[in-house]
Amino acid sequence: METIEQLPTFETAKKLGLLPEEFDKIKQILGRTPNFTELSIFSVMWSEHCSYKNSIVWLKTLPRDSDRMLAKAGEENAGLVDIGDGLACSFKIESHNHPSALEPYQGAATGVGGINRDIFTMGARPIAQLNSLRFGNINSPKTQRLLKGVVKGIGDYGNAFGIPTVGGEIYFDDCYNTNPLVNAFSAGIVEVGKQASATSYGVGNPVFIVGSATGKDGIHGATFASEDITDKSTEKLPAVQVGDPFMEKLLLEATLEILGSGYVIGIQDMGAAGIICSTSEMSAKGEHGMIIDLDKVPTRQANMHGWEILLSESQERMLVVVQKGKEDLIKGIFDKWDLHCAQIGEVTDTQRLHFYQHGKLIADVPAEDLVLGGGAPQYHREYREPAYYQEFKKFDINAVADINGAAELKKVAEHLLSHPNICSRKWITEQYDSTVGTANRSTNRPSDAAVVRLRNPEKGDLNKAIVITVDCNGRYVNADPEVGCQIAVSEAARNIVCTGGEPLAITNNLNFGNPYNPEVYWQFVGAVKGMSKACVKFSTPVTGGNVSFYNQSSDDGPVFPTPTIGMLGLLENTENQMTLNFKNAGDLIYLVGESKDDIASSEYLYSYRDVKASPAPAFDLDMEFNVQESIKEMIQNKLVESVHDISDGGLFITLAESSFTNGLGFNIKTDGKLRTDAFLFGEAQSRVVVSVNNSQKDSIENLLRSKNVSFTLLGEVNDGSFIVDGETVITTKSAKNLYDNVIGRIMN
Amino acid sequence: MKFGVVVFPGSNCEDDTVFAFRHNLGQEIVKLWHKDHDLQGCDFVILPGGFSYGDYLRSGAIARFSPIMNEVIAHANKGGYVMGICNGFQILAEAGLVPGALLRNIERKYICSNIYLKPQSSSTLLTAGLEDRAYKIPIAHGDGRYFADEDTLKQINDNDQVLFRYCDESGVICPEANHNGSIENIAGVTNAGKNVFGMMPHPERASDEALGNIDGRFILEQVIQVLA
Repeated sequence: METIEQLPTFETAKKLGLLPEEFDKIKQILGRTPNFTELSIFSVMWSEHCSYKNSIVWLKTLPRDSDRMLAKAGEENAGLVDIGDGLACSFKIESHNHPSALEPYQGAATGVGGINRDIFTMGARPIAQLNSLRFGNINSPKTQRLLKGVVKGIGDYGNAFGIPTVGGEIYFDDCYNTNPLVNAFSAGIVEVGKQASATSYGVGNPVFIVGSATGKDGIHGATFASEDITDKSTEKLPAVQVGDPFMEKLLLEATLEILGSGYVIGIQDMGAAGIICSTSEMSAKGEHGMIIDLDKVPTRQANMHGWEILLSESQERMLVVVQKGKEDLIKGIFDKWDLHCAQIGEVTDTQRLHFYQHGKLIADVPAEDLVLGGGAPQYHREYREPAYYQEFKKFDINAVADINGAAELKKVAEHLLSHPNICSRKWITEQYDSTVGTANRSTNRPSDAAVVRLRNPEKGDLNKAIVITVDCNGRYVNADPEVGCQIAVSEAARNIVCTGGEPLAITNNLNFGNPYNPEVYWQFVGAVKGMSKACVKFSTPVTGGNVSFYNQSSDDGPVFPTPTIGMLGLLENTENQMTLNFKNAGDLIYLVGESKDDIASSEYLYSYRDVKASPAPAFDLDMEFNVQESIKEMIQNKLVESVHDISDGGLFITLAESSFTNGLGFNIKTDGKLRTDAFLFGEAQSRVVVSVNNSQKDSIENLLRSKNVSFTLLGEVNDGSFIVDGETVITTKSAKNLYDNVIGRIMN
Repeated sequence: MKFGVVVFPGSNCEDDTVFAFRHNLGQEIVKLWHKDHDLQGCDFVILPGGFSYGDYLRSGAIARFSPIMNEVIAHANKGGYVMGICNGFQILAEAGLVPGALLRNIERKYICSNIYLKPQSSSTLLTAGLEDRAYKIPIAHGDGRYFADEDTLKQINDNDQVLFRYCDESGVICPEANHNGSIENIAGVTNAGKNVFGMMPHPERASDEALGNIDGRFILEQVIQVLA
């Protein structure tokens, strides 16, 4: 092979983010010193973002299988779950944290674009999206700029693409001041047996690139995502990509049409690390090679270097391998959708990737050695329990004063109702199209998780639905990674169960700080262990997801460990869809589960009492499971009018949220044996509020006794006031005013 | 009675419209490709919601030049029925088939929400048979602020061409109910011939019990009841 440049030294490798031992390993694999193009290839393919080198050892310990799994974690672009009736659901969550920190609008927009491409390259038509966001202090102008940009970015991209955004979550905390988190989730549906694969084989089969032209945007984006954010990060702006939802929409329709033709061997979207990632991963999976002529790649600017074309993360592109002889048919479909489509090479049996430019071979690398599961490095990182962990456990509830009388109760209630972590998310959610696709069954039926109906274009509604949610309370995970992550999985399952669904599987987005910091890595290991335990308990295997390390800044340190759980559930019969809103004054209100003298890690303790150090809230996985089983049975037996789980803000906020939709209220008694703050605002887990018609009183109590699940009859639904122990804390109308427009007022 | 829905590149409500007409209203409906010059014998043509051509220029400004628009305009000029919903309404306004224009929402933000509509015109196919009450229908748009100059406004009011106005839950037409800042709360208009209808809200998104709201179906049914 011809040398077209001076061979790079380790100094260059270091600048590209490679370690000394990695540089040596590359030389060993190639049997020579790599040229700059090849070195760039290894640097992005072995970056954390593509290779999961610092996490894969632990990710392999997660449960990954069930009877319903059609594509398991790591096998394809996204997991695929059998949901019956000949249908499968492909779903995944992915982060775009670092791009969003620098350029919130494009960063978030391309995050939405990327996750949807992962779904439709599986052959699945996306039907619903969620997102999970974390920002710093909402009162800071910087956070407001980021929030505005991210929400508009998600909205503009998702709205034009035409897939409803049906739910999500958002938290504000100072730990995210510099490094926000933007995690996007998408779910799509494909007929079983018609899913596509990210593979490549068949010597002589043509390789096509389709969609947008390749530009200089996002080069080394994957490497960028694998570093801490510093003052210099804005100098890396070209590492942020620019999105075009119109192109993505055309790509979606054209992709599903070519897949329908039956002549596609394999397809993968161009995500992190662009052409090099798709060519190597598809070739490695199909155990073949490729010969690619980079001169044939349509580019946005002239004179791009070979490595720039290979690494570019320009959005809305796909790599497609089709059966030889069917080129015209495929081109015809892309023509119909006015899309560029260029044959750039063909499949070989060498298992190597040969890239040519200007007639010269500029890179020759073995596909298998580049990819996760092949030659990419895997590290056991050191981890160490941080000192704060034991400190947090020393928290003594008796050192915190309880609520002092009715006046303070009202003050706490108002504080929480209008707290940015609890108040209505309307300012955000109204900027997302949640009704396009006429599939969102939750628009007029509020519930803990989003319900999206399943249809057959010929037969119509199938009377079944998927139920989806994203959940993670980073404060709990920070306090105790193992318990906190069990809670994240449990809350996701609880949200699905409270909506009438059956949890099936999860995808995860593991947002952590720098993995080379042993205390950060300890958080990561703890979270993975907790996730495993909870996923085994709920029979919800991990179908894939995304690891995002380096979420920290030089000033603020790492963000809360935030392992966001995206969960898929199934509502087999839409008649069992459950809502969270109270229906009739006079209905009885029950608390299912056990009230505890616990205020640990609650929003009340953290922001009203300003106590930042406390352990995770009380939690027991077996009790959680039993509570959920009892909820399932009462919904199936039609014993309940409404079901709403207790989470942020505790019982009082749960009751308030159940009241708002129909302008009703509640009249409850506290428990004399417990602290008032713990009873009303504690966030002890595994608790659910249900409202019940008087006629079902015996049935529901018998059911709970037979299941050995604790319960309390709290009181009853009234027609418009929040009454505790005979005193009106606030009227529903005033509470709703406080709750409704907090974010809008701050943002305007 | 045969319905047709035009598919522009970037349309994203064509399948919703087809599903509503086929499964919720039991009508024959076909998709019409924007590059074609054939309405396939459709009596009633619908321009669906979406972001035609990405709406990177003014919303609907490019789609109006699509090949099939020649036939749509000819159909309308012969008195044939055409309905534009959301982006379809924007395209109709750009094509001059309905009076007025759609501007950026007053708060310069995209809005997706359930809103309420009060039927206005007593002389159009779409609205004459509707009850005098608030209909709950979703909106989802960034450029939905209806505007018309004074003369046009007078003309459409005098000629009973306003289809719907935004109102509150109890049917009162008030500023608080006017989410996008439309002039005189106008949510939909018809042309002078009353055979071309444009509206920003999405009745096809409220036509199925599965979605918990069928107020949109009552509106779409008007067309069928009268024309069947």
